[in-house]
Amino acid sequence: MKRSNAPIFWSLFGAGGMLSALIGPALVFITGIAVPLGFLLPRDHMNYPRMLAFAQNWAGKGFIFVVIALFLWHGTHRIFHSLHDLGIHTGVVAKLVCYGGALALTLIAAASLISLGF
Amino acid sequence: MSNRRPYVRPMDGWWWRSDPFFVRYMIREATSVIVVAYAVVLLWGAVRLAQGEAAYNGWLEALRSPLSVAFHALVLAVFLYHTWSWFSIMPKTMPLILASGRRLSPAVVTGTGVAVSAILCVVLFLLVLAMKP
Amino acid sequence: MADNGKLIEIEVLRYRPEQDKEPFFQTYQVSFTDDMSVLQGLQHIKDYLDGSLSFRWSCRMAICGSCGEMINGIPKLGCKTFLRDYYPGKVRVEPLAHFPIERDLVVGVEDFIGKLESIKPYIIPKEPRTLAEGEYLQTPAQLEQILQFSSCINCMLCYAACPQYGLNPDFIGPGVLALLHRYNADSRDGARAQRMELVNAEEGVWSCTAVGYCSEVCPKQVDPANAVNQNKTASAIDYFLRFVMPKGASQ
Repeated sequence: MKRSNAPIFWSLFGAGGMLSALIGPALVFITGIAVPLGFLLPRDHMNYPRMLAFAQNWAGKGFIFVVIALFLWHGTHRIFHSLHDLGIHTGVVAKLVCYGGALALTLIAAASLISLGF
Repeated sequence: MSNRRPYVRPMDGWWWRSDPFFVRYMIREATSVIVVAYAVVLLWGAVRLAQGEAAYNGWLEALRSPLSVAFHALVLAVFLYHTWSWFSIMPKTMPLILASGRRLSPAVVTGTGVAVSAILCVVLFLLVLAMKP
Repeated sequence: MADNGKLIEIEVLRYRPEQDKEPFFQTYQVSFTDDMSVLQGLQHIKDYLDGSLSFRWSCRMAICGSCGEMINGIPKLGCKTFLRDYYPGKVRVEPLAHFPIERDLVVGVEDFIGKLESIKPYIIPKEPRTLAEGEYLQTPAQLEQILQFSSCINCMLCYAACPQYGLNPDFIGPGVLALLHRYNADSRDGARAQRMELVNAEEGVWSCTAVGYCSEVCPKQVDPANAVNQNKTASAIDYFLRFVMPKGASQ
């Protein structure tokens, strides 16, 4: 029987799932609720100078990239399998849209973050 | 001559509606849509950041809208459910572990995972809080 | 024959290939006592109400794995499910889901048996061993690794529970993969590398999406979901290390 290439996508899915399970709630609360409302965190905590400095720092850049990329690969892997669960079997097209989309968005993230310099 | 005429019952995309167990499974899988949505929000922020201060401030301002805050409240609820469901299924992925002669129970794995998540979330929040201007 | 006046309605999906175009439900009023199983209800129907009803059964004690059927939409063993738990409601009995119906409650099992044979469900020793060497010694910890997976009675309830098997019958499936794991994890066995080829295929562990219903319905607590999902990690390690360790990450 032919060996499946699923381990690649499954490993990314697992890493993204673990990361989002461990720190996802805090990230969502900070970026989407606390800072925008100035609730428990200052409203200017994510302003341009601070975020630029964070993203130009190699650790900050890496953190942002890893979060975006792994969340994307986790989600698109599950979406791909959910399409199958719902009886939508468009084969290669579904794979291209899901994983291709994840790849494209990952590359965009990398390009944006790298363009900010160090 | 055989009288066999096996009947194959068809299966459509709604098989999961028949049982609460399957509904919970589909909800667990559906959290993926929100995870991708949040990643796209962050990605959009990174792209705007790379485009300069004015562009980034546009993204920041959009985050402050009531619609965005409400959306993120939904995203938060979904992420909390993801954390719970992730560590609930984790014991099924692990080999048998014997701790001092007894099996490591699934509840311990799930409880530990959720506890570690809570701790890391608090730590992350405190780190952000302590960040100097 | 029970004669206390209590009647329960048992609705059975019938299908006689030589006379029925497609399956249909037939309802029977069955007098029962509180100690009667669904299997006994079916036997009552066959003995007193409708001799044409066909169904598999043997041990009546949840060890032969013959009497699996859908009872109110859930895969169960007929001998281990009791009419009193449904009364006064109706009991709806259908053949195991995801299998072709041969006749009434009898499903075609060739697919399952073929897959079971394909995984080499027997100990293949690591190296040849003579009688003079005596028996294998296994510690309780080594036995613990395989004991629950060896409890499988091949009843196929997990296949009826598994939506991935329903959507894709090429999937090797929970029960067979649990048995595959039972042999791989046995300290006496040396054929892990041979069996990994099946594990690593798309039809192996990679068709599983951790729904977990298989383990919910298993009457012997085999936990096939655990066997399959453990082997995803093993398969992934095998995948990534195959160039570093060409003979396979067998240990």
